[in-house]
Amino acid sequence: MERNDGITLRRDPAAPARLALTLLIVVLVWPGFRLTEFDPGVLFDPRNRETMGKFLATFFPLALSADFLRLVFQSTLETLAIATAGMTIAMVIAIPLSLIVTRSLSVSRIGPGPGKWRGRLVRFPARLLLMLYRSIPEIVWALLFVRAVGLGPSAGVLAIGITYGGMLGKVYSEIFESGDTRPTYALLEAGSGRLATFAYGMFPVALPELVSYTVYRWECAVRASVIMGFVGAGGLGMQMELSMRMLNGSEVSTMLAVFLSLVMLADGVSALLRRVTA
Amino acid sequence: MSASLCRVSLVHANGFRAVSCVDVSIAAGERVAVIGPSGAGKTSLLRMLATAVRPTSGDVQLLGADPWRLGRADLRRLRARIGLVHQVPPIPLRQRVVTAVLGGRLGQWPLWKSLGSLLYPADIDGAHEVLARMEIKEKLFDRCDRLSGGQLQRVGVARVLYQRPDLILTDEPVSAVDPALSDRVISELTREAQSRGVTLVASLHAVDLALHWFPRVIGLRAGEIAFDLPPDKISDDMLRDLYASETATVPTQAEPSAVAVIRRRPLCS
Amino acid sequence: MRRSHWMVAGLLMFAVGGSFAYLGLEVGQLFSAEAGRQMWKYLISFFPPDLTTDYLVRIWHGTLETIAISAIGTLLAAILGLLLAIPAAGRLGLAFRVIARLVLNFLRSIPELVWAALMVFAAGLGPLAGTLALMWHTTGVIGRLFAETLENAPPEPAQGLVLSGARPVMAFLYGTMPEVVAQFVAYVLYRWEINIRMAAILGVVGAGGLGQMLYMSLSLFQQPQAMTVIIAMLSLVIIVDAASAWLRQRVAAK
Repeated sequence: MERNDGITLRRDPAAPARLALTLLIVVLVWPGFRLTEFDPGVLFDPRNRETMGKFLATFFPLALSADFLRLVFQSTLETLAIATAGMTIAMVIAIPLSLIVTRSLSVSRIGPGPGKWRGRLVRFPARLLLMLYRSIPEIVWALLFVRAVGLGPSAGVLAIGITYGGMLGKVYSEIFESGDTRPTYALLEAGSGRLATFAYGMFPVALPELVSYTVYRWECAVRASVIMGFVGAGGLGMQMELSMRMLNGSEVSTMLAVFLSLVMLADGVSALLRRVTA
Repeated sequence: MSASLCRVSLVHANGFRAVSCVDVSIAAGERVAVIGPSGAGKTSLLRMLATAVRPTSGDVQLLGADPWRLGRADLRRLRARIGLVHQVPPIPLRQRVVTAVLGGRLGQWPLWKSLGSLLYPADIDGAHEVLARMEIKEKLFDRCDRLSGGQLQRVGVARVLYQRPDLILTDEPVSAVDPALSDRVISELTREAQSRGVTLVASLHAVDLALHWFPRVIGLRAGEIAFDLPPDKISDDMLRDLYASETATVPTQAEPSAVAVIRRRPLCS
Repeated sequence: MRRSHWMVAGLLMFAVGGSFAYLGLEVGQLFSAEAGRQMWKYLISFFPPDLTTDYLVRIWHGTLETIAISAIGTLLAAILGLLLAIPAAGRLGLAFRVIARLVLNFLRSIPELVWAALMVFAAGLGPLAGTLALMWHTTGVIGRLFAETLENAPPEPAQGLVLSGARPVMAFLYGTMPEVVAQFVAYVLYRWEINIRMAAILGVVGAGGLGQMLYMSLSLFQQPQAMTVIIAMLSLVIIVDAASAWLRQRVAAK
């Protein structure tokens, strides 16, 4: 016997919500197409296809003259140098700041006695500084430094130094806090000075993670150095930008290929280093 | 002839003989139950009847055609006339029940209708009707991951009922369903087969269900047919022999476990 | 310490020293008094930031443009990525799998900013270049992730539908898609959040939005205006972070 549950016409209860959501998305996306000047019609215009074809053709064949390859090689070395020098400066910034910021070295947190507020007062601005360094994108720092110290690799080194200093500082302090803190606390309670505590209690425990993260960040720095070149901070990126401005597509594709190889190489070196120092 | 297997064998890649030289003929409109211990080959047999797996040797004829000689379009049409209820319903759990049930007719609907149904279910009333027959019509718009195992199994049966195939195959369709509802489900399947004059082949674990509802019972053991008889001609000894390797008694709905080692009370005839 | 550790340490020293030498940077020069004075002068020229109504309206337009770049770029990438993920998951045969994976890897490996420079080269200055840049890069990322999800999805639902006569495309839509669509949407939204940050930056190579405003104002030595743009960029990131955290909480609670 069919039970009558009072519904004669059955409707999908999820339909109104789905419809509303779809309409909302369309309403939000439609002006987006106008704002971004994206005209799908352009893709289907036969005249544009010819232009696009010709444009793509300018990327081939790759520029392989000896002079140019030498220039590319030098730019690549410059990029690697920017990344390495930048990371060095980043560590110089990060290490002291991370030591100040890390709560594991705070004597006031362990036991009774004064200094809780003083500790916080010292740590807070350091934390803020690190956050400021990190939050501004590295390319913006690069742009600023190019204006301040001129075109060339110095701007890139400083930009990487500051941005990555902020990142390393934060992560170092977290590594210090997350490791086994018992040796550290034991030493601090026994009255050891903070620097000595760090050297004997915290550093050996944290070293593998520190190295691993630093090497990983170096790999990112290599990529970032190339990118910063586009705003004038030296290296492979700056060369690519020059070639683009001169509308030389084949030079651009050579450098793109070199860039992809460089990224793979950096990935390999980083993996090797992490294995050796593990 | 609705379905026939002629000297069919199925050997798995690891050498295991799931089915050995089986001969079965099933006429249109027949209702057949397949029983046997675990690993006897019931599922393999049904999968071959459903064209899910090709026999290693032998011939399969389904609804008058050899499925493995057909072209792609013809095979698709043949499969739309065969419905298989899996033991574990192959339904994506995030899908709603209504869409899962309507999926049964994907082989019969035109492309635009199948696509449209994704946006708004094309036949809510039809889905509701089959779910009502399975006593879960209130779950119509629920998501499948909110159903119990037994409810999900009944959704699987509902999907095949919605498909309205000419050959209904069910692989242990009530293994997770409680006894009272199991009776209802088998009775619905039987009613469907009888009212439309279509063939029903069901593999069952509970022997009493098979003997009660089906006029023809095939006993399968180690990939071979032990007997192929109407229920009144099947003796208790034959049943005990069939399940001999597993336990001292024969699995029923009340005592489904067939792997107990302790001696249970014997089955009353 | 083992010998290998000493060797590595020595190599590192050599690398660091060599880098500074190659760049001709004397550490002293970078931190000299003259350089310090110059940088300080430059730094204070940024304050106070320009907060006039007129300029704030332009900032608002720039922000909208940045968000639009990220939204359209991510949306197009979702569609393209989905289309490429199907062959990349092996559903159209081995040959297409290899080709699709190669294409996706190529798209992914080139960073968004390099794509932006390339697109400015191809399509000219403006937001279109930024949109296309985000589209290409994000397609690679989404496509690869989605291909992996598809490969790991259980095949039984689609197989079951094929057995009842469904076309392979329909079996995919009814059987496989429901399992993966939630993950797909979540990941697209996550990438959009990342792309908002990216869209703000891409403009420095001329790809529209706040970044282009920053580049213009710095080139014209309009430091107070540049400061406003930087503040706007930071605020955008903070708001987006907070909004997405709130949304995540709401969805998790449901």
